Amino acid sequence: MRQSAMLFLAGVLLQTVTASVHAGIEVFACEPEWAALIEELGGAHVKAGSATTALQDVHHIQARPSLIARLRRADLLICTGAGLEEGWLPVLQRRANNPRVQAGANGYLEVSDHVRLLDRPVRVDRAEGDVHPQGNPHIQLDPHNIQRIAEIATERLAIIDPAHADDYATNLTNFSQRWQLAIERWELRAKSLKGTSVVVHHNSWVYLQHWLGLEIVGTLEPKPGIPPSSTHLSQLLARLEQHPAQMVIRSAYQNPRASEWLSQRAGIPALVLPSTVGGSEATKDLFGLFDAIIRQLLEAAS
Amino acid sequence: MRNVYANTLLVLIWLPFVAAADNTELESIRQQIEALRNEYESRIEALENRLEQAESQAREAGAEAERARQQTETAATGIAATEPAATGTLQQKINAFNPAITAVLQGSFNSYSEDPKDYAVSGFQLGGESGLPAQGLTLDETELMLSANVDQLFYGQTTIALHDDEEETEVEVEEAFIDALAMPAGTGLRFGRFYSDIGYLNRFHTHTWDFRDAPLAYRAFLGKQYSDTGMQLSWLAPTDLYLRLGGEALRGNRFPGGDASKTSGNSQSLFAKLGGDLGSSHSWQLGLSQLWVDARDRRGSGHSHGGGDSASEAFTGDSNLTVADFVWKWAPNGNPRHRNFKFQSEFFYRKEDGRNDFTEDGDTAVLDYDGSQKGLYAQAVYQFTQRWRIGTRYDWLSADNKLKLRNPGGLDPDEVMEETALNNDNHDPWRWSLMADWSPSEFSRLRLQYNRDRSRSLTDQQWMMQYIMSLGSHGAHEF
Repeated sequence: MRQSAMLFLAGVLLQTVTASVHAGIEVFACEPEWAALIEELGGAHVKAGSATTALQDVHHIQARPSLIARLRRADLLICTGAGLEEGWLPVLQRRANNPRVQAGANGYLEVSDHVRLLDRPVRVDRAEGDVHPQGNPHIQLDPHNIQRIAEIATERLAIIDPAHADDYATNLTNFSQRWQLAIERWELRAKSLKGTSVVVHHNSWVYLQHWLGLEIVGTLEPKPGIPPSSTHLSQLLARLEQHPAQMVIRSAYQNPRASEWLSQRAGIPALVLPSTVGGSEATKDLFGLFDAIIRQLLEAAS
Repeated sequence: MRNVYANTLLVLIWLPFVAAADNTELESIRQQIEALRNEYESRIEALENRLEQAESQAREAGAEAERARQQTETAATGIAATEPAATGTLQQKINAFNPAITAVLQGSFNSYSEDPKDYAVSGFQLGGESGLPAQGLTLDETELMLSANVDQLFYGQTTIALHDDEEETEVEVEEAFIDALAMPAGTGLRFGRFYSDIGYLNRFHTHTWDFRDAPLAYRAFLGKQYSDTGMQLSWLAPTDLYLRLGGEALRGNRFPGGDASKTSGNSQSLFAKLGGDLGSSHSWQLGLSQLWVDARDRRGSGHSHGGGDSASEAFTGDSNLTVADFVWKWAPNGNPRHRNFKFQSEFFYRKEDGRNDFTEDGDTAVLDYDGSQKGLYAQAVYQFTQRWRIGTRYDWLSADNKLKLRNPGGLDPDEVMEETALNNDNHDPWRWSLMADWSPSEFSRLRLQYNRDRSRSLTDQQWMMQYIMSLGSHGAHEF
C-alpha cells in the first residue's frame, strides 16, 4: 500500500510540473465583487475566481474541499475582511498549504483595511447579535470604496506580477475614468432617491444608504444575524404606521418570508436588490451591479 | 440616423414584393426588420448616453476640483479611522497581540435504563475516554482554546480540556500543536499534540459533533477520539479536485497505543482525502486511512459482571486499523444558512495480533489473541429551517477474536475465557440514535438525543439533554 501511494504521488507531482507552465496569476476572491474588480484590473494576465456567489450568505460558508484546492494554487487572496469571512476563511488558509496567501504576505489582501468602515459598534457584546467590532463589512455598495480598493489592488498586482505592472497601471487608469463617469451618472440619476425611507432585512446596506442618502427606518432582523421573529415584525409594522417606509429591501440569499409579510401588511414593495456581481445577466460586472441597484430603487420609489 | 431611415424606407419598398414570397422568406425579412428596429433603438440609447456623458463632462470640470478635494478627504479619514487603534493605553497595545480565545462550556442531563458503570462493548477492550457519562446532571468537557500566528513562520493552537472524573477535575491537553506556515510546494508540517487525520470525525472537537456521544466505532477502535504527540507531513495537490495525502509519526502512548517504547514512536499513519463539488449545491469528501500501532501493555477495561471486582487487561502486539470515510453535504445554491443536509459514514477494519494479559485479584492469565474486527456507522442530519436540525444515526460492530489460553496463571481457565472483554458473547453490538437540536445563534446549541443501545447483549434506553455554549472568538469550522 505504501508503494502504490508513492507511485500515485509521483504521478500527481508530474502533473504539477506541467500545470505550473500555464502562465498568468491566479486570484482567489472571497466575494464576486472583488473577482469582478480584479478582472477589470488584471485583464488577460489574471485568472480570478470567487469563492462565493450572489446567492450565498458570505457570513455562513462551508470550508468545502473545492475551496481549499483553489486556495492552494492562488497567488493572491482578496477578501473583504473586517470579520466577514471569519467563520470559514481561516480554515481554508490553514488547510491550503500555501504560504503566498497567509496573513502578512503580499498575496493576502483584506480590502476593508483600506476604506473607512461605518457602524463601528460602541458596545461589543454577543447579546447584540452578530456584530463586527471593526465596523460594518458590507463596503462594496459604495462605488467610492470600489475606486479606492481598485488602486490598492493594482498596487498588489504590480508587486506580485512586476512584469506586467505597466499593464495594470493602464488598466487602472482606464477603469477609473469609466468608473468616475459612471459614479456621476449614478449620482445624477439617484438624486431623487435622497431621503427615501426603507426597511432592510440585514444591516448590509449601510454603505448604499450613506452614499445615496437613503433613510433606513428599520431592519427585519431584530439583531444582526438573528432571524426575524414575529414579535419583532409586528412591532416594526406598528412603528411603520408612524414613520412609513417606501420599500423593504433584501438580498437574493435571504429568506423572502419576512420581507414579503411586511410588504403585504404595510402595502409597500418588497425589493430583491443585488448586493454583489453575478446572479443575473444585468449584474454581470460592477457597472451592471450599480446600474441594476439604482434602476430597481428608482422603479420602486416612483 | 439618416442611414437608419433610409434602410427602413428600403425595407418598406421591398415589402410588397415579399408579400408574395414564401413563408421562410417572409420570416427572414421580419427578422431583418426586427434587427433594424433593434439597431435603431440602440442608436437612440447610445445618443442618450453621449448626451449624458457630455453633460457629465461639462460638470466634470467643476467636479474635478471637488473630487480631488473629496479624495484627499477620504484619504485623510482613512488614516483617521486607523488612528484610534494607534492611541489607547500601553496595556491595550500589549493586549492587541493576544491570541484568539474561545471557551466552550458543555453539560448534560443523562438517563439510562442500565447502569452506565457496567457499560461494555461486546468483543472490544475499551480504553481512552470510551465510557458513558454519569447519570443525571453532569458537567461535560470545558474546553479552553487559544490560537494565533506565532510569527511569520509558525501558527500555534492549543485546547485545554477540563473534565470531572468522580470527585476530581482532570486537566487534559487535548491538542497543542504548531503549523509551519512557509512550507514549499503545497506541503504542510504540523507537530506537537494534535488529533490524527485518520478517519473523518476524528479531527473535530467534540463540541462540533452532530450527536452528543461518539459513534460506537470511535469508542471501540479509538478510545472515543485519537489525539497523540508527534508530527504530520501532508501534501495538497495543485489540482481542481481536492487531493490531500499525508502521514503521521506518533508517540503511540494513547489508546489504541499502550506504552511508548520506541524513540521513533509506536504509531504511524497514512491518509488520503479526495473531495470536490457537484454543481453549486453538493459537495463531497472521501477518505482512506491506515493506522499502524505497536501496542505495549495497552490497558483496556474488562467485563465487570456487576460484581464490582472488575478485571483489567493489557494487550501487547500489533494493532492495524483501516478506515474508509465518506461525507456528502447539500445546501441549496451552496447557502447552508436556512436548509442543509449532511450525510456521513465511516467503515473500520482492524487486525490485532499479540498477547493479552488478563489480571484479576492479583493473578494474571496470558492469552494468545488474534482478532479481526469491523465496525461502521452512518448518520444523516437535516437542518430544515434556520436554527433547527434533526438527525439519525446507526452504529454496528462485529468482533471475530481467536483466543487461546497460554498460561492460566492461577485463574480458572473457563472464567478467564468468559470474562475477557475480547469475548463477544456471540453478540454484534449495534445502536440507533435520534437527535434534535436548536441553535439560537452560532454560539449556542441545545440538544435532545435518544439512543437504543445494544453495545452489550442488553437493551439500554438512553436519553440525553445537552448544552454547548461558546464564549469569545468566533471559531472557524472545518468541512
